[in-house]
Amino acid sequence: MFKILKAEFIAPSIKRFEIEAPKIAAKRKAGQFVIVRINETGERIPLTIADSDTIKGTITIIVQGIGKTTKELNNLSTGEFILDLVGPLGKPSHIENFGTAVSIGGGVGTAIAYPTAVALKQAGNHTISIIGGRSKEFVILENEMNEVCDEVFPTTDDGSYGFHGFVTQKLQSLIDSGRKIDFVLAIGPIPMMKAVAETTRPYGIKTVVSLNPVMVDGTGMCGGCRATVDNKTVFVCVDGPEFDAHLVDFETLTRRNIAYREMESESFEIHNCNLDKAIGEL
Amino acid sequence: MSDLSKKERMKIPRQIMPEQDALERSSNFKEVNLGYTEELAKMEALRCLQCPKPVCVEGCPVGVKIDEFIKLVSEGDFLGASAKIKEDNMLPAVCGRVCPQEEQCEAKCVVGKKGESIAIGRLERFVADFERNNVGLRTIEIKNKSGKKVAVVGSGPAGLSCAGDLVQMGHEVTVFEALHELGGVLIYGIPEFRLPKEIVKAEIDSLKNLGVDFKTNSVIGFTDTIDELLKDGFDAVFIAVGAGLPNFMNLPGENLNGVYSSNEFLTRVNLMKAYKFPEYDTPVFNVEGKNVAVFGGGNTAMDAVRTSKRLGAKNAFIIYRRSEAEMPARKEEVHHAKQEGIEFLMLSNPNKFIGDENGWLNGVEITRMELGEPDASGRRRPVAIPNSEYVIDIDMAVIAIGNGSNPIIQQTTPDLGYNKWGNIVVDEETMATSKPGVFAGGDIVTGGATVILAMGAGRKAAKSIDEYLKTI
Ligand SMILES: Cc1cc2nc3c(=O)[nH]c(=O)nc-3n(C[C@H](O)[C@H](O)[C@H](O)COP(=O)(O)OP(=O)(O)OC[C@H]3O[C@@H](n4cnc5c(N)ncnc54)[C@H](O)[C@@H]3O)c2cc1C
Ligand SMILES: Cc1cc2nc3c(=O)[nH]c(=O)nc-3n(C[C@H](O)[C@H](O)[C@H](O)COP(=O)(O)OP(=O)(O)OC[C@H]3O[C@@H](n4cnc5c(N)ncnc54)[C@H](O)[C@@H]3O)c2cc1C
Ligand code: SF4
Ligand code: SF4
Ligand code: FES
Repeated sequence: MFKILKAEFIAPSIKRFEIEAPKIAAKRKAGQFVIVRINETGERIPLTIADSDTIKGTITIIVQGIGKTTKELNNLSTGEFILDLVGPLGKPSHIENFGTAVSIGGGVGTAIAYPTAVALKQAGNHTISIIGGRSKEFVILENEMNEVCDEVFPTTDDGSYGFHGFVTQKLQSLIDSGRKIDFVLAIGPIPMMKAVAETTRPYGIKTVVSLNPVMVDGTGMCGGCRATVDNKTVFVCVDGPEFDAHLVDFETLTRRNIAYREMESESFEIHNCNLDKAIGEL
Repeated sequence: MSDLSKKERMKIPRQIMPEQDALERSSNFKEVNLGYTEELAKMEALRCLQCPKPVCVEGCPVGVKIDEFIKLVSEGDFLGASAKIKEDNMLPAVCGRVCPQEEQCEAKCVVGKKGESIAIGRLERFVADFERNNVGLRTIEIKNKSGKKVAVVGSGPAGLSCAGDLVQMGHEVTVFEALHELGGVLIYGIPEFRLPKEIVKAEIDSLKNLGVDFKTNSVIGFTDTIDELLKDGFDAVFIAVGAGLPNFMNLPGENLNGVYSSNEFLTRVNLMKAYKFPEYDTPVFNVEGKNVAVFGGGNTAMDAVRTSKRLGAKNAFIIYRRSEAEMPARKEEVHHAKQEGIEFLMLSNPNKFIGDENGWLNGVEITRMELGEPDASGRRRPVAIPNSEYVIDIDMAVIAIGNGSNPIIQQTTPDLGYNKWGNIVVDEETMATSKPGVFAGGDIVTGGATVILAMGAGRKAAKSIDEYLKTI
C-alpha cells in the first residue's frame, strides 16, 4: 500500500498527488513512469513521475481524469492509499546540452514534459517551454516551468490567456523569428505531437515525443504497448516511452489507443451508476 | 490387497479421472479435471507393478520416487505418499496437473509398453490435493539460522522452490516479484480451468509461513539492480525471471487491433481477470459470437484457444504450420481442446493479417504446407505448397509461438554471461553464473521449458547457494 501524502486539483479534472514511495523517489530519472493499480479490481495504468522529493521519500504524479481509472484515482484524497505502485519504469530521457531546447506540453502533457525540462536545464541548455491548454484554467505548471526555464510561453486555443492559438503556431512563430532551435520535446494528445513533428520536420530539428499506448505490465512481457517506429515494432514500455517524432507512425498509435473505447465507456458508465447509487443511499 | 499377482494387477484398467462435461465447461473457467476419489486412486495405485528397477523414475526430471509413493497410496497412506513426493518435488499439486507426463515419467513406465501406463501424474495430483484439503499449512521450526541473506528474483516455480529450500536450510530469503501477484506463469499464464489459482496461493502461503519474505511490485533492474541487492546486504542472488518477452511473427498487419501476443491475452484474462469485466476494470476484446485464431501448437496455444472459447468465441481455431504429431502441447490438452470444439488447422502458415478500414483485424491469409525433409530439430520441415493461399475470416488473433528472454536484467547487469538469445549462462551442476554469488535457473537459462524443470533448477541452485554461503 502506498500512502497519498497530498492531493490537490491544479486544473479542472487534473490532480497532483504526492505519494510515499521512497525507493522510487531515490531512483527515478526524468522521463520514467510508474504503473499504478488502485485497488483489487483495478487495471494497471502508466503515469509519469513528474517530480520527486528524496528527503521526504515521495514522488509526484499529475493525473488527468479521462476515464474510469484516472477519474477514480482523482477521487482519492490525502491520507488514502493506492494498492500497487511499481517503478521507475521505461528508459530515462536522453539528456545532453543541445543548445536551445524547447519543451512543449499540451494539457496534462506539460506534467510529463516537466521533469525532462528540468533535466535539460541542468544539462546547460537554454530552455524554452510552450505550455498549451484549451483555455486559461487548463494551462498547468506555469510557475514550476518558470522556475526552471529561461522562457515560458503559455498558449490557449480560445485566447483566454497567453498566446492565442495552438502550441505549434507558437513554435512556428519562434522558428520564423529566426531563433536557432536545436531540440524539441513534445508531449500531449497524439494529434498535437503529430503536428509538432510536422512543424519541425522541414527544418530537420531533432524532435522527441513521449508515446502513450495502452499498457499492462510495463516490463516488456506482454507486447500490448507495441508501436511502429521507423517501420519497426517497438515495445514502448521498455524501448521508450520517448522516440524520434519524425519516425513514429502516429496513425497506428491512434488506432491502437481506441481499441477498448466502447468497453471503457461501459466500465465507466457502470462505475458512475454505482457512484450515483452510493450517493443516493447516503 | 498388496498380494495381488502381477497378472491381476495388469488386468485393472487405467482409472479414468472424472472431468467436467465438455459442453458445460467450455463456457466456464472452473477446473476441467475433477481429480481421483480415494477409491479411484487406490485402484490406480494397485496397477503399479512395483518394479525392482523402477524406470519411471528415470523419466522424471527431478527423480520423484514414484514406485515408493504409489505403494503408500495403495496402502491408503496418502500423507505418507505426499511426504515421499515432496522429498524431490516441492509443487506436486502443480506438477501433477501440468507436467507433460506422457513424455516423462509415464513414457518410461513398463506397463505402458503393452497397455496404458500408470497414471502417475493423476496420482501425484490426488496425493497433493488430499494433503492440502485435509491438513492445514505445515509449520516446520527452523533451527540453526545461518544469518545469511538471499535474494530470489522472480516468483515462478524456479524462484519459489529455491526460496522454499533455502529458508529450510536456515537462510533469510526475500523474493522480489515484478508483478503485483506472486506465482509467475502459474498465475498469469496457465488458466484457472487447468490450474486453479487457489492451489498456487496455498503453496505461496506455506512459504510465507516458513518465513519467506515476498516483495511484489519490484522490477529488479529498475527498482534495484542485482549489484544493489548484493551491496544492500544480500549474500547471494538467485535469478529466476522466466522467459517473458513475447515473440511475434513479423508479418504485415501484426499491429492491427485484435492481434494479441499470448502473454497479453492470457495476462489480461488470468492475472487481471478480464473474464470478469466490468466487475474487474481490465478489458479484453469481446469475442462473443466471433472467430478467433491462435497461432502455435504448444501448451500456451492450447490455453489461449480454450480461453477464447470460454469467452464466447463462435469458432476457435488452432493454426499450426506442422502436423498434429509435431505439436509440443501436452496430449491431454489437445484432447480436451478437441472435446471442447476447437478446430485444428494443421500444416497452415499465416502470411499476413488483413484489417478493415478502421484498422481492426478481419482476416488472415494462410498458405498450406506439406512435410518435407527433417530439419535440425529432427522434425520434418514444413514446406509451402505453391498457390495454395486462402483467407480465413477472423476477428481476433493470438500469437503463441514462444517467448524470448526479457532484456531488463541483461541491460542492467551486463557483466553476467549471456548467450546469443539473451539467456543467462550457468554452470549446469551448480547453476552458478559468471558473477560470484549470483545464480540463475528456470526459463531464463533454458528458454521456455517446463514447470518441473524450473522447479528442479531452483532446488539445485538452493543446494549450491547453501554451499556457497558456507564459504563466505
Ligand atoms: C508512459 C505513459 C505515461 C503517462 N503519463 C501520464 C500522466 O503523467 N498523467 C496522465 O494523466 N496520464 C498519463 N498517461 C496516460 C494514462 O495512462 C491514461 O490516461 C490512462 O491509462 C487512462 O485510463 P482510464 O481508465 O482513466 O481511461 P480509459 O477509460 O482507459 O480511456 C478513456 C479514453 O482515453 C483514451 N485512452 C486510453 N488510454 C490512453 C492513453 N494511454 N493515452 C491517451 N488516451 C488514452 C481511450 O481511447 C478512451 O477514449 C500516460 C501514459 C503512458 C503510456
Ligand atoms: C500459457 C503457458 C502454459 C504453460 N503450460 C505448461 C504446462 O502445461 N506444463 C509445463 O510443465 N509447463 C508449462 N508452461 C511453461 C512453464 O510455465 C514455465 O516453463 C515455467 O513457469 C518457468 O518457470 P520460471 O520460474 O523459470 O519462470 P516464470 O514462471 O516465468 O516466473 C518468472 C517470474 O519472474 C518475474 N520477473 C520477471 N522479470 C523480473 C524482474 N526483472 N524482477 C522481478 N521479477 C521478475 C515474472 O513476473 C514472473 O513472475 C507454460 C507456459 C505458459 C506461458
Ligand atoms: S514431477 Fe512430473 S515427471 Fe516427475 S513424477 Fe511427477 S508428474 Fe511425473
Ligand atoms: S515403471 Fe510403472 S509399473 Fe514400474 S514402478 Fe514405475 S509406475 Fe510402477
Ligand atoms: S506494457 Fe506489456 S510489454 Fe509494454
